[in-house]
Amino acid sequence: MAGEEHRGAAAERGPSGGPGVPALEVVGIQKWFGSVHANDDVSVAVAPGTIHGIVGENGAGKSTLMSIVYGYYQADGGEIRVGGTPVTIKGPEDAIAHGVGMVHQHFMLVDTFTVLENVVLGVEKGYLLRSTLSEARQELERLEREYGLDVDPDAIVGSLPVGLQQRVEILKALYRGADILILDEPTGVLTPQEVDDLFRILRALRDQGRTIVLITHKLREIMALTDRVTVMRAGRVVDHVATAETDRAQLAAMMVGRSVLLRVDKEEAAPGEALLRVESLAVRDRSGVLRVHDVSFTVHAGEIVGIAGVAGNGQSELLEALAGTLASEQGTIAIGGAPVPAGGRAEAARAMRRRGLGHVPEDRQRMGLVTAFDASESGVLGYHRERLYNRGALMSRGAVVDAVGSTMEDFDVRPPLPTLRTANFSGGNQQKIVVGREMSRSPDVLLVGQPTRGVDIGAIEFIHRKLVAMRDEGKAILLVSVELDEIMSLADRILVMFGGAIVGEVSQEEADERTLGLMMAGERADGAEAAGA
Amino acid sequence: MEAVTWIVLVIDATLRVSTPLILAAFAGMFAERSGVVDIGLEGKMLGAAFAAAAAAFATGSAWLGLLAGMGASVGLAMIHAFACVTHRGDQVVSGMALNILVAGLGPVLSLAWFGQGGHTPIVADTARFRPIHFPFADRLSDVPFIGQIYSEIVSGHNLIVYIALGMVPLAAWFIYKTRFGLRLRAVGEAPEAVDTAGISVAGMRYRAMIVCGILCGVAGTSLSIAQNALFVRDMSAGMGYLALAALIFGKWRPVPTLFACFLFAFADAVQARLQGVDIPGVGIIPVQAIQALPYLLTVLLLAGFVGKAVPPKASGVPYVKER
Repeated sequence: MAGEEHRGAAAERGPSGGPGVPALEVVGIQKWFGSVHANDDVSVAVAPGTIHGIVGENGAGKSTLMSIVYGYYQADGGEIRVGGTPVTIKGPEDAIAHGVGMVHQHFMLVDTFTVLENVVLGVEKGYLLRSTLSEARQELERLEREYGLDVDPDAIVGSLPVGLQQRVEILKALYRGADILILDEPTGVLTPQEVDDLFRILRALRDQGRTIVLITHKLREIMALTDRVTVMRAGRVVDHVATAETDRAQLAAMMVGRSVLLRVDKEEAAPGEALLRVESLAVRDRSGVLRVHDVSFTVHAGEIVGIAGVAGNGQSELLEALAGTLASEQGTIAIGGAPVPAGGRAEAARAMRRRGLGHVPEDRQRMGLVTAFDASESGVLGYHRERLYNRGALMSRGAVVDAVGSTMEDFDVRPPLPTLRTANFSGGNQQKIVVGREMSRSPDVLLVGQPTRGVDIGAIEFIHRKLVAMRDEGKAILLVSVELDEIMSLADRILVMFGGAIVGEVSQEEADERTLGLMMAGERADGAEAAGA
Repeated sequence: MEAVTWIVLVIDATLRVSTPLILAAFAGMFAERSGVVDIGLEGKMLGAAFAAAAAAFATGSAWLGLLAGMGASVGLAMIHAFACVTHRGDQVVSGMALNILVAGLGPVLSLAWFGQGGHTPIVADTARFRPIHFPFADRLSDVPFIGQIYSEIVSGHNLIVYIALGMVPLAAWFIYKTRFGLRLRAVGEAPEAVDTAGISVAGMRYRAMIVCGILCGVAGTSLSIAQNALFVRDMSAGMGYLALAALIFGKWRPVPTLFACFLFAFADAVQARLQGVDIPGVGIIPVQAIQALPYLLTVLLLAGFVGKAVPPKASGVPYVKER
């Protein structure tokens, strides 16, 4: 019942409130979470039929703002206007009724349902599913034709690749009659080709008169897609600019509040002896699925080798096997020329560390830190047996606090308080605690997984500089990241993983997004193969 | 001839025993499909059994007994929902607490209200659900095979047996063919998707728990005033847990769950028939060993034969909005 009313309302209201009137406007929005001022007097006007970007670092308040528009949170002050009319949005159902749709960063889909069932959920036309589904199928096919959003309506959503799952999210919003579509960090999980597809779809939607709000921290996307941009920092709006009149450097400076080095400055690599050598490695994950097979590569002293790939193609398991936390099925790993015993056993990770291997795990909250511990305790995890920290059977708390305190100073952790609980640091500063712990031991080989995931621009810049400095000291660094930009700007050589195997290798000079993207999607570039033969 | 009679009697007993099991397992299906683990099926059945017997004794009406049974069970389900859905408490702890509460409360109230230690007074036949005899059942009972099947298996059960069997296709239809079912299945798999679609997660889970309470209420009623004539302490005898096992064995799907219930009930019927019987070559098996048969079967099936039972993804997880 409610669903019918929603769709009816959306249809009657029409695409916009008239010429010159913003499709969506927020005025003077205030929002506190406890003592944190997440949104401070935020005002944004989005013109109808445009793509409007909202950029800012993590914690700048952009997601909070859009959650308020979608009814997840109630603002503590300010007003939301749709088509010029002030509206009250108490929950997602109100937002949907006013023609506002949202594509969440983490998809809001029922994996065991078909595409069609997901689309109708919440806006079923009657009590019986049969008629609802057949009507919805026609509407869905119309939408798919109109915007080139091809998805099989009967496919089980959980079996679809993420790019298609995202299309289902977009279809869901359109089916609900959304004229205003908000996308929250939509490209985080997509391959470059999927990103291109998404952009094509979004442009088609705009050209048909829909209004799109794109929330992102990726400046490249803002420049490629948007008409106007709003920059947010620390809960406030810094400025609104037309995309055509700005550039990445200027936007980055506005986001961070100072000028930022976007490209990592580094000298030509001078590779030395092979410090990490991996041969025909095969790894099964904890549920017994073969995730890595026949992987061989070397990392030399003084070079950064990057492993690119869409998340879930075996990089995580490779990294864990190298770090000793996962057993390898076959193959050998050698550090500094000497083979190391197979991982997976108790103490294996410790043995690896003693052989001169440092590991910044992919998931700092789960594998890198204990968030309930003090920073000083998190700062010595894995090294807590070192003599310096112990007096007999007891830990020497003073020594731990002093040592971690000085590392925190070196690695610019803010605030540099070793006695503060780990959970109270921001994502970027938590990551700097992990990076500091692993780098300050100056290991010969450093494994780095997603070093800048959920980390703000300032900290990214810092971590990148540290990695390059370590390389220049003659260490071997293996970098695994799903951020193509990061791989391309840091790595001297790039290996691409797909389906558990390394499907290609390119040097930094040869690397471009298109070639890497094709390899990440599992297609070996023809040209490269021909050249190799 | 002897063998046919034996088989007919076992099937007859299977149907009788499976009735509360089916009702409770389907009650659990509604709860768990919505994301609420309900280990309190046992307590709800027992509570309903007591309430039904007490009300039937006091009013002389089986129907008021059924109503009281359902009321008590829905009440308990609402306490569970209030603890687990509204206050996001631990679902196993809450369910277990209700089981313990009811196990003690029934006998205590029996003593307080009826002055009987641990059981209610015997309910008169007129206030019970008595076996229903279909037309010609008696006359056909002498006809070999078909007549026996008709008179012993098809006819001659109490109303609740037929209700339970009729409920199965109805429940399957609700779960797979209606809007309520779609939302129910969604809320147990991905409550965040339901929330963003503008449907209340708590509302759906409360509704599912009401259905769960009603079905458990019917199950409990069948124990005390259909299969028996009074409430006795611990009369559900672990059937709630067995229903949960059937639900897992049936992978949270209606038809497999129904057959799992039949299987458990069949094992129970067989064990009753085997007691004291001299099996050629084996001799008389001790009663205790035979009685353990259904439970042994449960453990074996759940350990080995289910394969990977994948519960609804959000089952047992209280829903908390991100951040």
